[in-house]
Amino acid sequence: MFGLEAKDFRLLLLVTLLTMAAPFILNPFPVDSGMAQFNAGYPDLMQRFVIFGIFAIGFNILFGLTGYLSFGHAAFLGVGSYAAMWMMKLLTMNVIPGIVVSVIVAGIFSLAVGWISLRRSGIYFSILTLAFAQMSYSLAYSVLTPITGGETGLQPKVTDPRILDAALTGNAPKANLFGLEMGSSTELAMGGWVFTFNVGYYVAAVVMIFAFYMSIRIFRSPFGMMLRAVKSNQQRLNYTGLNAKPYTLAAFVISGMYAGLAGGLMVAMDTQVGAERMFWTASGEVVLMSILGGVGTLIGPVLGAGAIKYMENILSKINKDILYEWFAFMPDGLQDFVITLVYPFIGKGWHLTLGLIFMAVVIFLPGGLVEGGQRVAALFKRKKPSDNTPDGKTTPAE
Amino acid sequence: MEAIILQVLNGLDKGSAYALIALGLTLIFGTLGVVNFAHGALFMIGAFCAVTLSRIISLSHEVVDETQTDFLGNPLKVDVPYVYDWFGQATGDAIIDWAVPLSIIFAIPVMVSIGVLMERGLIKHFYKRPHADQILVTFGLAIVLQEIIKYYYGANPIPTPAPSAFKGSFDFGAMMGFDPNVIIYPYWRIIYFGFAAVIIGAVFAFLQFTTFGMVVRAGMADRETVQLLGINIDRRFTLMFGIAAAVAGLAGVMYTPINSPNYHMGMDFLVLSFVVVVVGGMGSLPGAVAAGFLLGILESFASMREVLDVLPGLNQIIIYLVAIIILLTRPRGLMGRKGVMED
Amino acid sequence: MGILDVKGVGKRFGGLQALGDVNLSVAENSVHAIIGPNGAGKSTLLNCLVGKLIPDTGSVMFDGQSVLGRKPYEINQMGISRVFQTPEIFGDLTVMENMLIPCFAKRDGAFTPNAFAAMRKDGEMFDRASHMLEEMNMADKRHMHAASLSRGDKRRLEIGMCLSQEPRLLLLDEPTAGMARADTNNTIDLLKQIKDDRDITIAIIEHDMHVVFSLAERITVLAQGTPLVEDTPDKIKGHPKVREAYLGESQDAA
Repeated sequence: MFGLEAKDFRLLLLVTLLTMAAPFILNPFPVDSGMAQFNAGYPDLMQRFVIFGIFAIGFNILFGLTGYLSFGHAAFLGVGSYAAMWMMKLLTMNVIPGIVVSVIVAGIFSLAVGWISLRRSGIYFSILTLAFAQMSYSLAYSVLTPITGGETGLQPKVTDPRILDAALTGNAPKANLFGLEMGSSTELAMGGWVFTFNVGYYVAAVVMIFAFYMSIRIFRSPFGMMLRAVKSNQQRLNYTGLNAKPYTLAAFVISGMYAGLAGGLMVAMDTQVGAERMFWTASGEVVLMSILGGVGTLIGPVLGAGAIKYMENILSKINKDILYEWFAFMPDGLQDFVITLVYPFIGKGWHLTLGLIFMAVVIFLPGGLVEGGQRVAALFKRKKPSDNTPDGKTTPAE
Repeated sequence: MEAIILQVLNGLDKGSAYALIALGLTLIFGTLGVVNFAHGALFMIGAFCAVTLSRIISLSHEVVDETQTDFLGNPLKVDVPYVYDWFGQATGDAIIDWAVPLSIIFAIPVMVSIGVLMERGLIKHFYKRPHADQILVTFGLAIVLQEIIKYYYGANPIPTPAPSAFKGSFDFGAMMGFDPNVIIYPYWRIIYFGFAAVIIGAVFAFLQFTTFGMVVRAGMADRETVQLLGINIDRRFTLMFGIAAAVAGLAGVMYTPINSPNYHMGMDFLVLSFVVVVVGGMGSLPGAVAAGFLLGILESFASMREVLDVLPGLNQIIIYLVAIIILLTRPRGLMGRKGVMED
Repeated sequence: MGILDVKGVGKRFGGLQALGDVNLSVAENSVHAIIGPNGAGKSTLLNCLVGKLIPDTGSVMFDGQSVLGRKPYEINQMGISRVFQTPEIFGDLTVMENMLIPCFAKRDGAFTPNAFAAMRKDGEMFDRASHMLEEMNMADKRHMHAASLSRGDKRRLEIGMCLSQEPRLLLLDEPTAGMARADTNNTIDLLKQIKDDRDITIAIIEHDMHVVFSLAERITVLAQGTPLVEDTPDKIKGHPKVREAYLGESQDAA
């Protein structure tokens, strides 16, 4: 189906179903229950899940397949965001031109950066990409203020030209898809549950599913195989008559375009952009996502993006009072003790938990959550791992 | 001329910090072959050693002072630091005032133990894994370390002043025979530079003139041969990791009066220090030091108003720009060796 | 005029003259061995042929075209495949994928942006790769990770990968180095069979005289960067200069 093997098609179908049903799945707790704070089914967060999912899928095409570790991918995300914002200011609040242009501009920018950075490999490549991204960030903050809005960033204004849109009658401009506003939502109350269906989320989700489909195609193509060959043994690749440079450059540009797409979608969902989006910590975040989920696997980066965004938005909101509620059943002394133990890892300390989990993954589980899942599954199946590639990631498409 | 001297001086303190961190990074890379992304965190922990010690020596207890009264007429309660009780008021004040320099003594054992612990507990297991894995695990460690500091010390910068004797500035220009008030330079910055020079000198002397250093240098060049000679190079390398941690930590201790420490200062410096190491040439100690000062000074020149008028924003990007140019024209950096990190 | 003509090639590393003035001609469809004691410049010469090194002087012509200044992948595309001393394969990939890559490289050239082509549909490539695996007696191992193969199988796989490109010249760099006797004999048989089955020129650099004399039709002896003699195996065996080069060297070393 769609040029995919049955196994990959099932994966695509599963991802599609899960994203489409996300408003239900992510809201498993009734609104009034004490667990309601673990509900992740609100539009803002769901949008972030899929947008960072796209970002991570793209990053994985570069790092997962070729092994080139870029520490500067946030720059492409930022460039995509600025491009989409300018489309909204100049052309129309319809998100289509913005998203298309963000991909193109990020592609051109990543072609330039990749062309230079890929002349080196290993840590030199990492440092070069980092240097380019930090330069972009600094310039966006200072000299390029006329284009980037500097510290304040950019928002669409009523007074923007927007040559394709009819004049706004004093209303704040809102991003839309042929009139359908990104921010509009429908709520569905069922018993104690409330489910929110947001236009923006579904637009982003459809884009993500398409992006995921493309990444499956890339993984299963001869091109994807060549990229894995680059990672495995560049010497052999060269002596097999293949030129590694255009392959890695193409992977770099494709992943840059994915980042630009994510940036464009961010602007489409939340019409603002600032330079901090390009800071190197943002590049580090996508590295964390890919590794955590399972680098080089199809679904891993999406899982990693989801896990980190969930922690960032849900775990970080748990404060001491909530902990006291949870552990109310314990005797006082023990309660205090347990809370003292737990508190550093939640709420504002969620980064600590993230850091620890990340280290644990790098040390014990190089395949990330995906490998973890496979190991658990193998335990239940009591099936000895055979050497004919138990993992879905490297099975050749034959 | 004055302007040039001023910019060189301005570049020295940042350059010193870059050079010290880059030196430690290179020591670790050269000896252990590990790319340590947690090195900035060590710099930051050093800075917080100074914060911690100044808090410890300012610890005080409440004493009722009968000679004074508050506005209600009751005897006034005042906080008296323990150091007053032990050493008398004058000496106590001096100790509190000199907290930052005193922290050097405190920081050395702390940093060496942290370094040794890190190497034995974590880094050791990553010698045989790809460089990307080393980068990733130390990156994770850096996050963990800085979050721990953030948990105990909060997210805000903590001002940690220099001893009052070194506050303020002196007129460097007048001393050199220029017009007065042209080259004004804060005392502490020149002390920082001097301190950095001493540390760098000590590290080089240690490697050059001691048997221990000789073995380590031999090990850097060819680990296997040294091991074949029956020398336990691993233990020495562990200690080198401790020393590198101490160098970064001391750089952090002394930097506190220049910039109030906060939990993410390490990461900010780390990114630049990596650029410094790469510019200097991976694995070259003199390269790291030279590139540290070079980039510090270049950065300060790029912030001159005359330069910014022509090339706005240059100060923001100069280091990265230089790094890109050097990496493309001299792939191994200024003084890099062949075959380092080229897999 | 052979298929490979090396004329006056010299290469110097700093103060060391690695290759002096090498002249060599490999005749089409022959097996030509290059032997010589350690440090004779065999590997340097080989690296000059495949584009890893560029000689300071002289010319290297393959089938009438110069290879000098070309990148390794360009030289491969001209029809020269190289087998390394330690097998260079794609360890993280499966045996089948290892075989597919050279097939694609042969058909599609150094780069094709076929990112969205479904590989499974490419029956032509799969047939070719399967066929080659069968010829190498490795069809049953097609799903294994190449890194988990035995040393001997890795060597077979690498040779198979090179052959799947139907090269006109196969360069082998000490193909039996570090092998047990049985594996060495297997490799000799494999190479003999390869030679019998197709029109191919094989140039082999080798230490092991047993391998050389089992295979070679012509032998060039290299010593201190220059060719001493070139002749048939029978003549080489008793040649005084060769004995001197080898025995002299080994006495020095001992």
